[in-house]
Amino acid sequence: MEEKRNTMWAYVITGALILITLIYASVDVYYMYLAVYIWFGFAYGLMLQYGRFCFASASRDLFAAGVPRMAVGILVALMFFSVVEAILESVHMSTFHPAPFGIHMLLAGCVFGVGMVLSGGCASGSLYKVGEGNMTSLLAVIFGLCLGQAIFVDVGGVFLKLVPEAWMDKAAQYKAAGFPVTSWFDHYLVGYVWHKPQFTVASLLSGGDPKAVHFLFGNALINAIIPALIIMLIIYYFYPRKVFMKKKKKALKKAGKDPVTTFSDELAGIWAMITASKRTSIMGILVGLTAGLHILTMAGMQNKFGVKNFGELLLRMGHTADVSMKGTVFDPGYWYITSQEGQLGAWILEKFGWNMHDNMFFGYVNGLPELWRNPALWMSLGIIFGAMVMARLNNEFKFKVPSPELIMWGFSGGLLMGAGSRPSLGCNIGAFFIRAAGGDPNGWVYGTGMVIGAFVGVSFLNWFTERRMQKQMADF
Amino acid sequence: MAAEMKFEKTGDTTYSLDVCGYVCPHPQMYCKKSLQKMEEGDILSLIFDNPSSKETIIQMVEAQGDEILEEKIEGGKIYLEIEKG
Repeated sequence: MEEKRNTMWAYVITGALILITLIYASVDVYYMYLAVYIWFGFAYGLMLQYGRFCFASASRDLFAAGVPRMAVGILVALMFFSVVEAILESVHMSTFHPAPFGIHMLLAGCVFGVGMVLSGGCASGSLYKVGEGNMTSLLAVIFGLCLGQAIFVDVGGVFLKLVPEAWMDKAAQYKAAGFPVTSWFDHYLVGYVWHKPQFTVASLLSGGDPKAVHFLFGNALINAIIPALIIMLIIYYFYPRKVFMKKKKKALKKAGKDPVTTFSDELAGIWAMITASKRTSIMGILVGLTAGLHILTMAGMQNKFGVKNFGELLLRMGHTADVSMKGTVFDPGYWYITSQEGQLGAWILEKFGWNMHDNMFFGYVNGLPELWRNPALWMSLGIIFGAMVMARLNNEFKFKVPSPELIMWGFSGGLLMGAGSRPSLGCNIGAFFIRAAGGDPNGWVYGTGMVIGAFVGVSFLNWFTERRMQKQMADF
Repeated sequence: MAAEMKFEKTGDTTYSLDVCGYVCPHPQMYCKKSLQKMEEGDILSLIFDNPSSKETIIQMVEAQGDEILEEKIEGGKIYLEIEKG
């Protein structure tokens, strides 16, 4: 009975998305751009849920439980994606762009890392968990990633007193030129981040004119595959190796042989670590390939319509209020999570009378399209619905109302994730995964921050849960 | 149903841990701590309803040398019986 009901829901959700796609297609062919985001989001959702693919889990489960499966899965995904991305760059079919390089990435990563551990999921993980019926994750998404982010980029007032003089001086030039520089975050953008260098390993190696060899050797091999393999070896050495070798020696003794392990045993141990969770590792490969296919498809759509941003299509259709001052909307062209949720938060706050157009983030850069015309937001919704379908099909969907304790974790963790994803202009996906795979060393700087933050978060949760355990054990 | 963690001693060598309603990372953390408090050969009956924790708990238990004696899913809840190794 339960299985039948879950299967029915899976069909209903998929059918509804097909219907929405058909409606868009019938209104205007330009809306097929949105359909691409919907269905790639849906595919990500299916894979994330099936593979339990969560970046919070990668470092958290390693530190808290000694389980490397997710860290390995992400590194596998990153390596595959880096090769596809390098090939796409080589044939000029990539939408990837590096981000401003600086210490802000490390600091933002730390804040995000603490937040993802407390809330129980990273930005993409929280979305797929909403699809599983997890209302704690919904709180993190709504209050942290949506409303929290929107407020974070719009507040001025007393926060402007924290802005360094140098940023103020640069901001004054932008203000004089008519830019809407009002919030503290606007000052951060125009006074700091926009003046930081942007580069990939390929551009550094080639002196600014990268070719296929630079993309494959520099971006994929040097910036993604080699670091990923080194991290995998470190994880293997410090986590599963001891147990694997102990079992191996035990087996040798039992067979009457010398309990001496060899290099081939080490390789077998590494392979055992990679294949310990087949569903996660296989999904890692698929996520990597899908993220590459997503970039190819977006580049194809842009070429077909002769645009670089969906804002241009919105203007052609007459939706002038949707776009920013420069005629654009947030349209990353690849897998991205947090900016669109910030737009959703800003859209909601505007309905309550808060002017969200008077800042650089929404007013000048990202625009504030109506929800049903917001391309990247459809990707996030696609992830939720894709995960919901997969969870229903596996009878894993369960609507879970959070207790006051979980409300506290979801709320605080969500706010920290929101605060940690704006200064870096991205989260675990946009700031780490996509950039590290795309040849931007920034990705690893943010990733390092995430791991440090996760360690702090796990240490705090360890202390908290130990206290709870001691209270329970007092009754024994 | 709102979450409330319950770790109980149900017999001389048996324990139960109910972490239904909890999300990551709480089920795996409470499971690890419960097993740490138990003696070799003791049995832990674990109930949780966060599917994302299942994969991690199974790997954690196996890596620690503990053994999963029984596993079932009913009504969105996951039941694991674990023998401390």
